[in-house]
Amino acid sequence: MPFEEKMTWVALVVAIAVPIWYFATMLGRLQTTAAADINFQTPLIVAVVASVVLTVIGAIVMSIATSVTSVARGRKPEDDIDRKDERDKTIGRRGDLVGYYVASAGMVGVLILTMLEADYFWIAGALYLSFVVAMVVSSIVKLVAYHRGF
Amino acid sequence: MGKPTRVTNRIRALRFEAGEMTQAELADRLGVTRQTVIAIEQGKYSPTLETAFQIARVFGVPLDDVFGYPKDK
Repeated sequence: MPFEEKMTWVALVVAIAVPIWYFATMLGRLQTTAAADINFQTPLIVAVVASVVLTVIGAIVMSIATSVTSVARGRKPEDDIDRKDERDKTIGRRGDLVGYYVASAGMVGVLILTMLEADYFWIAGALYLSFVVAMVVSSIVKLVAYHRGF
Repeated sequence: MGKPTRVTNRIRALRFEAGEMTQAELADRLGVTRQTVIAIEQGKYSPTLETAFQIARVFGVPLDDVFGYPKDK
């Protein structure tokens, strides 16, 4: 598996796991508190920071795992970790473009919520959801391209 | 599902003729990942023109000997 594909798997897992925690937390608070009074700011900051930290940890773990398998095969680790070729770049661009379209569609929903003067809670949630769905779709498009070809 | 590209290639045969060169060796000489060589061989990915010329140069043959494109029926 190319290193870039491994990093795409990391991005996909993080893009699914962290938002599940955030939205589960928010749903729990919605049971007892009105949307306008919910403190969503702290969990949202935690979610964003956690995504960055988990991605970095994932990159470190993948780098170590790749280095170990490279050495076991008698190859230099940098030959497998540092090598991002034309196919990786093309797949990355394809996935990012689809992610951009998904995020843009999500922004329309966010705009509608602002026009309806929805609570900040819903606007922030919709914004976060848009980015998350864009990241998930983008990662899936990349993984499909890696396996099915294009 | 059909192959995403109609471009055919003889890379596997050329590797065999070149002393059974491995996919990893070819990838190292091209500066691409082994998975990219596999994808090209299986017709799942069409390389850039530059990489196509580099592949031909590795085997010391013209581009036409590496890649083909079927005529329309």
